[in-house]
Amino acid sequence: MRASFIFGEVASGLRRNVTMTIAMILTVAISLGLFGGGLLVVQMANKTQSIFLDRVEVQIYLTNDVSDADPECEQDLCRNIRTDLENTPGVVSVQYLDKADALADAKERTFKDQPEYSDLISENALPASMKVRMSDAERYFVIFDLFNQRPGVASILNQKELVDRLVSVFNGLRNAAFALALVQAFAALLLIANMVQIAAFTRRTEVSIMRLVGATRWYTQLPFLLEAVAAALVGTALAIVGLFAARPLVIDNVLGDLYDVNVFAKVTNSDILLIAPVLAVVGVGFAAVTGYITLRLYVRE
Amino acid sequence: MISLENVSKSYKTSTRPALDKVNVEVDKGDFVFIIGPSGSGKSTFMRLLLKEDNPTSGDIHVAGFHVNKLSGRKVPKLRQRIGCVFQDFRLLPKKTVEQNVAFALEVIGKPRSFIEKTVPEVLDLVGLAGKADRLPTELSGGEQQRVAIARAFVNRPLLLLADEPTGNLDPDTSGDIMLLLERINRVGTTVLMATHDNHIVDAMRRRVVELDQGLVVRDESRGVYGVGR
Repeated sequence: MRASFIFGEVASGLRRNVTMTIAMILTVAISLGLFGGGLLVVQMANKTQSIFLDRVEVQIYLTNDVSDADPECEQDLCRNIRTDLENTPGVVSVQYLDKADALADAKERTFKDQPEYSDLISENALPASMKVRMSDAERYFVIFDLFNQRPGVASILNQKELVDRLVSVFNGLRNAAFALALVQAFAALLLIANMVQIAAFTRRTEVSIMRLVGATRWYTQLPFLLEAVAAALVGTALAIVGLFAARPLVIDNVLGDLYDVNVFAKVTNSDILLIAPVLAVVGVGFAAVTGYITLRLYVRE
Repeated sequence: MISLENVSKSYKTSTRPALDKVNVEVDKGDFVFIIGPSGSGKSTFMRLLLKEDNPTSGDIHVAGFHVNKLSGRKVPKLRQRIGCVFQDFRLLPKKTVEQNVAFALEVIGKPRSFIEKTVPEVLDLVGLAGKADRLPTELSGGEQQRVAIARAFVNRPLLLLADEPTGNLDPDTSGDIMLLLERINRVGTTVLMATHDNHIVDAMRRRVVELDQGLVVRDESRGVYGVGR
């Protein structure tokens, strides 16, 4: 098989059907761009979820008796709760807040933007508590089972229930993005099939002559296959460049404020670099497989 | 070179077989006209030799290949031994004369040096040496058919199939084409030509196989087209 002939055919085929080639490149670029965008959303949802879970704490409120009687947590009842918590597997850190700390913490967190309210809260409003940070927020139930019934413990607040609701929102977002990406991939597949078919149709005379003079199936089909692959490759490159360009221009603009307060995970260039090979494999693989199947059905032996 | 034994071909959509128990032997170096009215089975006959279609029954041998038993992978090998010429020339309009002829060698993987040597020789043989760089649209019908013959012959086939090669040409030009086919035949290539052209058949006095409604009704070694047709 002569490579120079095949590549010559590919080049002249692409040149001759230049409008078709451009259409195919753009279609592939847009489809893969959206597909890549979907993958980025999946990544962002995962990372955002882990940002939230990292910050989730279990807060164990002590009874008022303990809070008042032992403000420094020096007596056995309080100290044992603390050591037992620290020795529980999965617990990263335990922070004791006395009533004053609890108030300061609440003022800092909840009433930061409403100083007029913070002055109204009485010194005695909040009991002492222990803030427990866990390596895995999913393990909240271990803490709950172990400490809920313990003397000195009034109640256990689990922020995870709030996060769970948030997580389900993210999961939904992720699934929607993935479904969209799949639909786009399917659309790209059909478009490539269509383009290859049209390209083969416009050169049916060549193909019929090739068959007649005894060219093998590979000789007749490889140029079409390589044309599709070449166009898909350029389309993939455009899609990746497009994603790099869209990041600062679109995504950062829309989500910039949320980045600043560390609510959403940033989409970074390395995220895009990470999905680039996926896009290349998907784009080129789709083009090759679709092209092969299309030609297999289209060109007889 | 060619042997058909009891070859029948039926199409699903037709009540009458396109070929009905046809027996034909063609020796190496023969020149044979296949004649008969439209629908008599001439085209089917040609298609079966190229394995563009399979016979319903019977055995076909061409150039040492058992055609009806040939696997799809080996079909190109068969076709490389057969040259084809058609009424409508079937040239590639965007390639020059030279490129059209070279195309037939390129797509079967011949080396460039071989192509560069062979193509001018064949163009010279068909009398188009000075027009190698023309496009088909810049040529007359007769010249286009010469290009098609050059393309069919460039790989030195054992057998040349010509399906109404003069159907689109005036009588003078047709005569030139026949001289060319005769010259190709004289160097040892078997030529099988389907035609309606009674003048040509009568003038050439070669073997005539006449088909009618899928049956061989005549097979004469030095035939004429026939009286009253």
